Amino acid sequence: MKIVVCIKQVPDTTEIKIDPITGTLIRDGVPSIMNPDDKSGLEMALQLKDEKGAHVTVITMGPPQADLILREAYAMGVDRAIHLTDRKFAGADTLATSHALAGALRKIDFDLLITGRQAIDGDTAQVGPQIAEHLDLPQVSYLEDLKFDGDKTFTMKRHIEDGYQMLEVEAPCVVTVLSSANTPRYMNVGGIVDAYQKEVEVWGFNEIEVDEKDLGLKGSPTSVHKAFARGLKPAGELYEVGTDEAVGIIIKKLKEKFILN
Amino acid sequence: MNFSLTKEQELFQQMIKDFAEKEVKPLAAEVDDLERFPIETVEKMAKIGIMGIPIPKQYGGAGGSNVMYSMAVEELSAVCATTGVIVSAHTSLCAAPILEHGTEAQKQKYLPKLASGEWIGAFGLTEPNAGTDAAGQQTTAIEDGDNYIINGSKIFITNAEFAHVYVILAMTDKSQGTRGITAFIIEKGTPGFSIGKKEKKMGIRGSATCELVFENCIVPKENLLGKLSKGFGIAMKTLDGGRIGIAAQALGIAQGAIDETVKYVKERKQFGRPISAFQNTQFQLADMNTKTEASRMLVRKAAYKKDAKLPYSVDAAMAKLFAAETAMEVTNKAVQLHGGYGYTREYPVERMMRDAKITEIYEGTSEVQRMVISANMLK
Ligand SMILES: Cc1cc2nc3c(=O)[nH]c(=O)nc-3n(C[C@H](O)[C@H](O)[C@H](O)COP(=O)(O)OP(=O)(O)OC[C@H]3O[C@@H](n4cnc5c(N)ncnc54)[C@H](O)[C@@H]3O)c2cc1C
Ligand SMILES: Cc1cc2nc3c(=O)[nH]c(=O)nc-3n(C[C@H](O)[C@H](O)[C@H](O)COP(=O)(O)OP(=O)(O)OC[C@H]3O[C@@H](n4cnc5c(N)ncnc54)[C@H](O)[C@@H]3O)c2cc1C
Repeated sequence: MKIVVCIKQVPDTTEIKIDPITGTLIRDGVPSIMNPDDKSGLEMALQLKDEKGAHVTVITMGPPQADLILREAYAMGVDRAIHLTDRKFAGADTLATSHALAGALRKIDFDLLITGRQAIDGDTAQVGPQIAEHLDLPQVSYLEDLKFDGDKTFTMKRHIEDGYQMLEVEAPCVVTVLSSANTPRYMNVGGIVDAYQKEVEVWGFNEIEVDEKDLGLKGSPTSVHKAFARGLKPAGELYEVGTDEAVGIIIKKLKEKFILN
Repeated sequence: MNFSLTKEQELFQQMIKDFAEKEVKPLAAEVDDLERFPIETVEKMAKIGIMGIPIPKQYGGAGGSNVMYSMAVEELSAVCATTGVIVSAHTSLCAAPILEHGTEAQKQKYLPKLASGEWIGAFGLTEPNAGTDAAGQQTTAIEDGDNYIINGSKIFITNAEFAHVYVILAMTDKSQGTRGITAFIIEKGTPGFSIGKKEKKMGIRGSATCELVFENCIVPKENLLGKLSKGFGIAMKTLDGGRIGIAAQALGIAQGAIDETVKYVKERKQFGRPISAFQNTQFQLADMNTKTEASRMLVRKAAYKKDAKLPYSVDAAMAKLFAAETAMEVTNKAVQLHGGYGYTREYPVERMMRDAKITEIYEGTSEVQRMVISANMLK
């Protein structure tokens, strides 16, 4: 079986700085990690590899520094790493990102494509489903567990609001994984020693199959209206009173705010 | 000159810090309190290659450097000095002498099992009457056909109870003094070999420190390590390498105590202010950090020189001397800055101060390190 996992490098902090003019993230100086959902997706792939044998490829689109998470993936046990990077990809929103990734995936043979549910910096949860649409593949989002019958069929446990859905899906397909699905393994020390001896394939626009107008800033219909840090809410007012009086206070407050009239 | 970590070392540091924080730290207080060997941690370390960091890949190791190995002992010791010494004794005192002095057959037989952590290693030099004066070995090994018959005992042996392989020293020719000492590889379960009394200790209480007893213990000749009568030199070289591990352990303890103290002084309030606002607190912290960073430079330099195959014995002695004394000083200050709380087992600095002391004693006391350093200056 051939598995591809999309992994994204994200800033390891909630204090993300935002460029006040462009509204895009300033990544310099912020420690970066592999997005947690993606790491669980990678763990899922590596478990399939351990159990049934599989060839696992990771792919990321990102600036040169994103090389780090590909080395990390090598140290965890993947077989191939691809780094999509090109000026033409810069400034991409989720749609343009998914177009670029889909463009690369057209060049790779796979049975299963795994993405994280969402990236902790963007939190849109759009890229996985968008890729599935571009490639016209079945997709299952919010995965907690996945089993493979060794032939063609996956049994999947999908998290929904008040329970689980069990699904059977045939390869090839796309899944998006939750970080609660598993605890990712640590990098192996020997793997770390080898990680920088191995080749990371660097692909640009010329290596992928995509329409140039779908890429980068041009291919990004999203425009940032305003980016701002959420202020701290002041502590609320506390009344220790009986029920009747409490209801009276609440109604009065709601009227003050014109929620009731 | 370059003081930066390589990318590979940075990636390694990220992993080992994460591992120490999530897997080792939560057990540290319990392991100390119950004097319990953290075997489950050894299994976890084994799985990801921490038990064989500087062992070449051809023998099943990770093929990493001594710098990486020292970083591992540092980070593990920052949260649990017991775990740090388990790795250090196993790697530096057992796997390393087999790698450096073993025959190809011995390397093939022992290193893959040690490097994978399936087996734990130990080292037996110290005897009741041969401590600093290690030349005064009383354990004997008498040739008998295809075997040696070993009689005597070793004390204070780290990992003893849980080890499968022991590198030990014994007198093959008493009349020759240090030139009559030979090294042997002994496996657990060898007839006539048993584990004696377990010590109750001040610190590193989770590490199993026991006596080794040899009563007509029969060891086949192929288990002789290195050449006949060359054991003393092997022991001294082994301790040179081991000192990098212990220096890294001391460094880790000091760093761990600093991390705890910085957190504490920002939270603890007296006279209406966090105690971090007092200049005394700030100056103590500055001294603690400066000395600890100096320890780190000495440790990394010694490890680097070992990797570069340069003579490193004096560097290792300096690193161990300075890092051990710094660990003692820093943990003492850490307890002081914690006040009464620091004296209780509610806070880890109490354990760290007890753990720090051993680094001034084993693998050569601080006095021995001073002898090594000055002897080189005056030769
Ligand atoms: C207007 C706009 C401009 C932007 N400009 C920039 C910019 O200049 N530079 C920049 O770095 N970012 C930029 N971004 C952010 C970035 O492109 C998005 O974060 C990215 O499209 C992924 O969206 P997300 O984080 O919401 O991922 P989600 O849709 O939440 O991610 C779901 C999953 O898709 C996969 N995935 C997502 N992104 C990648 C990737 N890059 N590589 C591999 N797998 C991936 C992962 O498996 C992930 O878990 C911009 C975003 C917007 C809206
Ligand atoms: C927890 C623990 C774990 C250990 N693990 C191991 C192990 O795995 N393997 C192993 O072989 N050993 C081990 N040891 C033994 C350790 O290395 C010795 O305890 C150490 O070398 C000191 O020897 P000693 O205890 O006999 O002290 P002594 O040699 O009796 O020293 C007592 C004091 O006299 C000083 N002194 C001695 N000679 C001189 C001199 N010539 N000049 C000035 N001062 C001198 C010493 O510095 C010290 O301060 C361990 C010990 C402990 C406590």
